Amino acid sequence: MRRHVISVLLENESGALSRVAGLFSARGYNIESLTVAATHDPTLSRMTIVSIGTEQTVEQIIKQLNKLIDVVRLTDLTEVSFIEREIMLLKVRAVDGGREELKRLADIFRGRILDVTENSYVIELTGDDRKINGFLDAVGRDNVIEVVRSGTTGMARGDKSLKP
Amino acid sequence: MELSGGEVLIEALREEGVEFLFGYPGGAVLHIYDALYEQNSVKHILVRHEQAATHAADGYARATGKPGVVLVTSGPGATNAVTGIATAFMDSIPMVVLSGQVQSRFIGSDAFQEVDCIGITRPCVKHNFLVDSLENFAETIKKAFHVATTGRPGPVVVDIPKDFTTPGVKVPFEYPKTVNMRSYSPAVQGHPGQIRKAVDLILSAKRPMIYSGGGVVLGDAASQLTQFVELLGYPITQTLMGLGAFPASNKLNLGMLGMHGTYEANMAMHDCDVLIAIGARFDDRVTGEIESFCPHARIVHIDVDPASISKNVVVDVPIVGDVGPVLEAMNTLIKDSGKRADTADLAAWWSIIANWSKTDCLAYEHSDKLIKPQSVVQSLHRATKGDAYVTSDVGQHQMWAAQFYGFEKPRRWINSGGLGTMGFGLPAALGVQLAFPDDIVACVTGEASIQMCIQELSTCLQYGAPVKIVCLNNRYMGMVRQWQEFNYEKRYSHSYMDALPDFVKLAESYGHVGMRIDNPADVDAAMDEAIAMKDRLVFMDFQTDQAENVYPMIEAGKGHHEMRLNPARELA
Ligand SMILES: Cc1ncc(C[n+]2csc(CCOP(=O)(O)OP(=O)(O)O)c2C)c(N)n1
Ligand SMILES: [Mg+2]
Repeated sequence: MRRHVISVLLENESGALSRVAGLFSARGYNIESLTVAATHDPTLSRMTIVSIGTEQTVEQIIKQLNKLIDVVRLTDLTEVSFIEREIMLLKVRAVDGGREELKRLADIFRGRILDVTENSYVIELTGDDRKINGFLDAVGRDNVIEVVRSGTTGMARGDKSLKP
Repeated sequence: MELSGGEVLIEALREEGVEFLFGYPGGAVLHIYDALYEQNSVKHILVRHEQAATHAADGYARATGKPGVVLVTSGPGATNAVTGIATAFMDSIPMVVLSGQVQSRFIGSDAFQEVDCIGITRPCVKHNFLVDSLENFAETIKKAFHVATTGRPGPVVVDIPKDFTTPGVKVPFEYPKTVNMRSYSPAVQGHPGQIRKAVDLILSAKRPMIYSGGGVVLGDAASQLTQFVELLGYPITQTLMGLGAFPASNKLNLGMLGMHGTYEANMAMHDCDVLIAIGARFDDRVTGEIESFCPHARIVHIDVDPASISKNVVVDVPIVGDVGPVLEAMNTLIKDSGKRADTADLAAWWSIIANWSKTDCLAYEHSDKLIKPQSVVQSLHRATKGDAYVTSDVGQHQMWAAQFYGFEKPRRWINSGGLGTMGFGLPAALGVQLAFPDDIVACVTGEASIQMCIQELSTCLQYGAPVKIVCLNNRYMGMVRQWQEFNYEKRYSHSYMDALPDFVKLAESYGHVGMRIDNPADVDAAMDEAIAMKDRLVFMDFQTDQAENVYPMIEAGKGHHEMRLNPARELA
């Protein structure tokens, strides 16, 4: 079992997202996260799917995705050198001495404090899965009021790109 | 040329060479029906239930190789069609289903007869389209036919909001000559390197086995397959869907494999050292327990769908491509190489197989009191000289038809293998008979299955489809009863068919001929009499032995080498 980051270029058409989501639920594949938005070419959407599975399962996932008529191209980023980023907004309890400590932690993780009240901060953090989880652990999950994560987006390093 | 949406559709169907449109009207498609009124390029067949429209189109497609076309209204019309769409999907049958939809401005408002047809059909279609403008309508139809018929075929739904078919609203019409879809380009030619690798492995086999499936029928590759098998002299077995792609009477043919396959085919699967899978998908009814599937074999797999490869069974040499061209390339390579498998090894393998064949696994006990269902299928074969189109439903009768008819040609055996849809047989036979009005079309069915689409007797009368219905009436859902006998200590829970209609009278009331046959001595004469009635639909109600079971059988969790054989074999 390994974590795979799959990047998909698909037709920016109504229903395309539900075909992908439906495929995962109908065939019982795991989805850790799924993000999608239009690209610089408005006819195309770019999707990043994170899934955990055996080599055989992930191979099937990729084949089944490829079989969807709306899927134009896809690649398993984990096969190459790649960059992944996720954005997290975190509302966290910030009182008394804890406020300084949180500020310092946010700086160390290159987070930004976007909103401040007497009792809380909203912190923005960008990074890969590990960095985000590391920050949550450092803050202490008990102090968290709410969290919203964008899900992973990714791209291969170098000159190559996912083109139609 | 300026056309309304309804007219665009008719013109598009004409351009696609569509002969028959199987349909049923309703509010959302009334504009289209109005356009149908004033034309004679497409023949509309009015079924009695939308499920039957899809099965009839499906039967037509299986027998001809051309896509079946269906027209249904929104809401209940679309939901009634779903069973037939799923049936076609599971067996990769090319089909285009045109469904009406409420006006686009009402979509999402729970309007009268609105269902999310795109959402409901999404998991059981190859693709579906919601028409988004009158301007794109013709192109969408073109794409639908293209997707349905290329690569691994399958059903495609086109959902048409009513406002795009309004009679007064017209657009310039030109049917696209070609399709351009950047996201869809199915592979046709296999990879030459893989083909060479496969041939090397195939020729090195000591105990080879060829296992072919519905893909060979769909890919019209029967002649390439026959050449391949005869060049090599290897044994071949077919799946339920693959019957007819290789002649049943050929000595190299071991018959069907799988749950109710022959002893020799299943044993050869278990013991082979090289397995050549052609247009088959390692379905669980074929493999038996996957842990004990072909334990000694290295596997070559040819399939047009990459997702079929290494899905259930990991294979050694995959070849993605159309089976026809791939087999052709292999045949050329084999011929040119001059190499063949070691003759001594092959002879030794064939003598092992000959021993298995002595089991005579399809032998059954004969009786002069009770009609044996197997004998009825054999009688049908005799009376039709093995040259009929045979459709079937689902149950024991289906397995007996598959085991005992002996198909010599592809596209003659028409059954719902993947979904196993009771009710398929009669409407499918209607579709086949319309395509081949001069051929004999028989529907081998059971008294339970036939009642699931019995209303199509009416359609058969209206359009003159003289189908020969061979009902193996055992007063049981026999296949269910068999499982209850084996696995539930004969607790026959709700599998007895009580309160059956008088099928003779029923057939007569629909304007057809009905026959009831109770006596084994009358089977052949009745069959001959029915077949001789060329222009009449005949419903033959054979009262068969209620206790008969389908053998051999691989039970749940068992491997190919662990078949349950007919205990009555010795008495045969
Ligand atoms: C629509 C549908 N419902 C239920 C089943 C499950 N099923 C499979 S075989 C069978 C019994 C069929 O009985 P019959 O048509 O009399 O055939 P027999 O087995 O007796 O030959 C049933 C209920 C099915 N295949 N399809
Ligand atoms: Mg029955």
